[in-house]
Amino acid sequence: MISPVLATTLSEGILASVDSPQEGSWSACLLHMLPALGDSGAFFLAAVIHTALVGLFFGLPAFVFIWAERKVAGRIQDRLGPTRTGGRFGWLQSLADGIKLIQKEDLAPNAADHLLFRVSPYIVVVAAFAAFIFIPFSDGWTAVSMDVGLFVALAVLSLEVLGIVLAGYSSASKWSLFGGMREAAQMVSYEVPLGLTAVIPVVIAGTMNLNEIVTMQSGGFWNWFVLHDPFAFLAFFVFFTVTLASNKRAPFDLAEAESELVGGFHTEYSGMRWSFFFLAEYAAMFFVSMLGSLLFLGGWWTGIPGLDRAIVAVSNGSPAFDYFSRIIAMVILLTKAGLLVFVQIWIRWTLPRLRIDQVMTTCLKYLVPISCFLFLGVVTWPLMMLTMFHQTSWGPPLGERIPPSERSLNIEEAPRATGLRLPSGHSENTSSATHLVVAGPTKSERGGTH
Amino acid sequence: MHWFLFLFYALFAGGGAIAVVLSQNIVRMAFYLVISLGATAALFFLLDADFVGATQLLIYVGGTVVLLIFGVMLTSSSPFSSIRNTPAEIMQGAIVGLAFLTLLISTVLSVKWSQSPEVLSPAQANLSSGFNPPQSGNSSRSIGTALLGVRFDRDLATNAKAMPAASPVHSHGAGTPEHSHGKQGHVHPVPATETLSPGYLLPFEIVSMHLLVVLIGAGYLARAKRSQAAPTT
Repeated sequence: MISPVLATTLSEGILASVDSPQEGSWSACLLHMLPALGDSGAFFLAAVIHTALVGLFFGLPAFVFIWAERKVAGRIQDRLGPTRTGGRFGWLQSLADGIKLIQKEDLAPNAADHLLFRVSPYIVVVAAFAAFIFIPFSDGWTAVSMDVGLFVALAVLSLEVLGIVLAGYSSASKWSLFGGMREAAQMVSYEVPLGLTAVIPVVIAGTMNLNEIVTMQSGGFWNWFVLHDPFAFLAFFVFFTVTLASNKRAPFDLAEAESELVGGFHTEYSGMRWSFFFLAEYAAMFFVSMLGSLLFLGGWWTGIPGLDRAIVAVSNGSPAFDYFSRIIAMVILLTKAGLLVFVQIWIRWTLPRLRIDQVMTTCLKYLVPISCFLFLGVVTWPLMMLTMFHQTSWGPPLGERIPPSERSLNIEEAPRATGLRLPSGHSENTSSATHLVVAGPTKSERGGTH
Repeated sequence: MHWFLFLFYALFAGGGAIAVVLSQNIVRMAFYLVISLGATAALFFLLDADFVGATQLLIYVGGTVVLLIFGVMLTSSSPFSSIRNTPAEIMQGAIVGLAFLTLLISTVLSVKWSQSPEVLSPAQANLSSGFNPPQSGNSSRSIGTALLGVRFDRDLATNAKAMPAASPVHSHGAGTPEHSHGKQGHVHPVPATETLSPGYLLPFEIVSMHLLVVLIGAGYLARAKRSQAAPTT
């Protein structure tokens, strides 16, 4: 599963000479460079590289956002926040926190179920980490590219709840039990609107592959799915609200409500196990922000057609330029995700916490019906357009609004797992029929090998 | 490598299941169940059935087990409730378990695995099937179309055993997959009739209606107690 994909571009020059069926994979590349490894060795080494890279993207943003949270909180509360550690802005504060937490004693209450108490932080951290495996960080840069990528990512992220509920239960403390129960009740209900709103871009794009969803949003910010139709526009805000709740962020942070439950589910934890919960929380914040930008905010496209065209044109120069353009794309995506994380922090420090009954009311009486309505609206939107304007979209179909780059043309010749895949087998369909692009290009339009 | 991963996850799936049976503490049982179900999901991923694997994770591990623990947390009186079984209960459980095991083994043995790919003749449909190469697992499109009674990988219009050399129909079905409307979505050899296949959509709908009925029934049972209690007080 792991072998096809991830990055590859730096070694694209080398890869060009490899005549392997999966030429885009790290393992094939490694096997070419070091034949002594053998198939299994190359596979294993490729898996290690993937894991290390994804781990970096899992850990480092969390590190930055923990610092940002303190800094932003300080500014909102009219104070400075960390100032001393590591220079002017206190930017090493997270590292100092980490060193402090490693030194602390690893405690477990006598009454606790020791096995579950010790294992639950790992469940939380592994779930948050594993969700990153399926996220594209730039065009084609994803550890495991799947056709059901979004679905798997959401499924894996939902395992995080399990660790928190187990932590709350196994601590043998009333505070923890209450925190765990609140978390379970909250998450079980909020997963419904989360799933419904995450499906809306899938309906528009006609695929669950995150890379393909972003490809569909090329060519100007008006092509981003947030501006696709009024229902999708509202769906983005519902999605964002629901992700706040699914990350236990204020105003939905009832599982750890400090003023009522001491620390909620993590009351009894200390040291590294405690910090695992926080690492996972910040990583999950970053994850849902990435997901929001990929699904609704155009992913790695700048939204300015000229700039996007320029980036695609740069990528056609040479493998090095291609790599460079993907780096730029990654920076754009990380910027969007970072802005969403900033909004999350902003909301946390400006809004009061809801009561648990208000949280459940918000979800079950408002967000679920709203998201059902929005889902219906998005499904019927092409029909509404068709009856009113006799066409389902203006201009060329989704995903064809930027000329395809050379690498995607190469992909058309030899289908590969990485990189863009813009429709090019479209020509015979354009001549035959009107542009009826209901929910993105259909199977035959996207073409491929004929 | 493939064999190693298979053995690894199979061990966890089997070991987790045994631990569920042997454990006395309900929440630990739930945890071992997570291990077992998660390893099963990993086996699905190993078989390139990524959609099924993800569904397994979302429904069973993320949904059912969380609800199980939630129920235990709501209802248990002591901090760590445990189950003590009487010998009669163990006997009952063993009988039911062995009955299911026999059923499973007999089913597995009754399938002729060597023949199953040839029951329906393969079709080369006009389908590059998505973004990824098939070996990295993209089963969602095929599952979706099979649900509607259209299969791209198998020619449902011809029965391989009945008509081994059905080349004109075969090529026709291969050219335009929509025309290869089959008789049944099943792998069993079926007599060639002219009915259109309903796919798996009808069974799927029946099951979902069944679940809805169960849900409404559970809601009704939960409400009935409250309305009975109201007049007495």
